[in-house]
Amino acid sequence: MGQVIIRDFDIPADDFLAAGEASSAVRKLLSQLGVAPDRIKRTAIAMYEAEINAVIHGHGGKAHVEIRGDKITIVISDKGPGIEDLELAMQEGYSTAPDSIREMGFGAGMGLPNIKKHADELVINTEKGKGTAVTITVYF
Amino acid sequence: MKISEIAALLNAEVYTENHDDVTDIRSACSADLMSDVMAFAKENALLLTGLVNPQVIRTAEMMEMKAIIFVRGKKPQQAMIELAEEKKIALLSTEFPLFEASGRLYQNGIRGHGF
Ligand SMILES: Nc1ncnc2c1ncn2[C@@H]1O[C@H](COP(=O)(O)OP(=O)(O)OP(=O)(O)O)[C@@H](O)[C@H]1O
Ligand SMILES: [Mg+2]
Repeated sequence: MGQVIIRDFDIPADDFLAAGEASSAVRKLLSQLGVAPDRIKRTAIAMYEAEINAVIHGHGGKAHVEIRGDKITIVISDKGPGIEDLELAMQEGYSTAPDSIREMGFGAGMGLPNIKKHADELVINTEKGKGTAVTITVYF
Repeated sequence: MKISEIAALLNAEVYTENHDDVTDIRSACSADLMSDVMAFAKENALLLTGLVNPQVIRTAEMMEMKAIIFVRGKKPQQAMIELAEEKKIALLSTEFPLFEASGRLYQNGIRGHGF
């Protein structure tokens, strides 16, 4: 894997059928590249949690993915409401998800802690009223 | 257990064709909360749930699960069936409630991992 692979995806707002497509495509790409299965699973879990967050909290957004050498870097960004208190949002069980999202099986406040658990590096840039960018790195 | 054996045990309807019936399924988890499946289900091949929406299939895909059983007679919509076919995930529906369906599988040797 000498070359750099770059992929960009749209994450449409309020589309619960499409939500997860970007993560699914990245999962497929990594397995075609022969990345170790446990690394693929970590990447897929972390990316999917961030993708779902962009759909349910961020009014949709986009994913930028770069695979180079021994790592994958994923940036999921949205222009949604941002996260007011990031430290609080990182805690297990903290969620502002409305009932309509809970009825879909999400909104337990487990996503961000789960991303932290599965990513080797996690950087979250967020500003209230401006949006959120979640950068996930996994080393192969 | 193979998917066909599980279907027989739970008197379940199978909605998909594009899955392999060779895999020996040994582990399962039962949940209506996909957040929990994402956070806690480690190595389970089968998901039992009363929740019916496309994100159940996405969740199973990310967790590398082979089959989903909808309980209490809930049935997947066409768009979900198409998505599952694409991902090679089997979709089943049983009349049994979640506890009963899980218990029958447990009695037949299926175990939970990662909770
Ligand atoms: N992209 C985002 N934009 C705005 N707020 C966000 C974003 N991502 C997370 N948050 C805020 O952080 C909280 C915690 O996020 P987290 O992913 O941990 O839980 P959740 O999405 O509410 O539930 P779960 O992930 O378990 O389904 C959210 O409820 C929301 O308030
Ligand atoms: Mg979340």
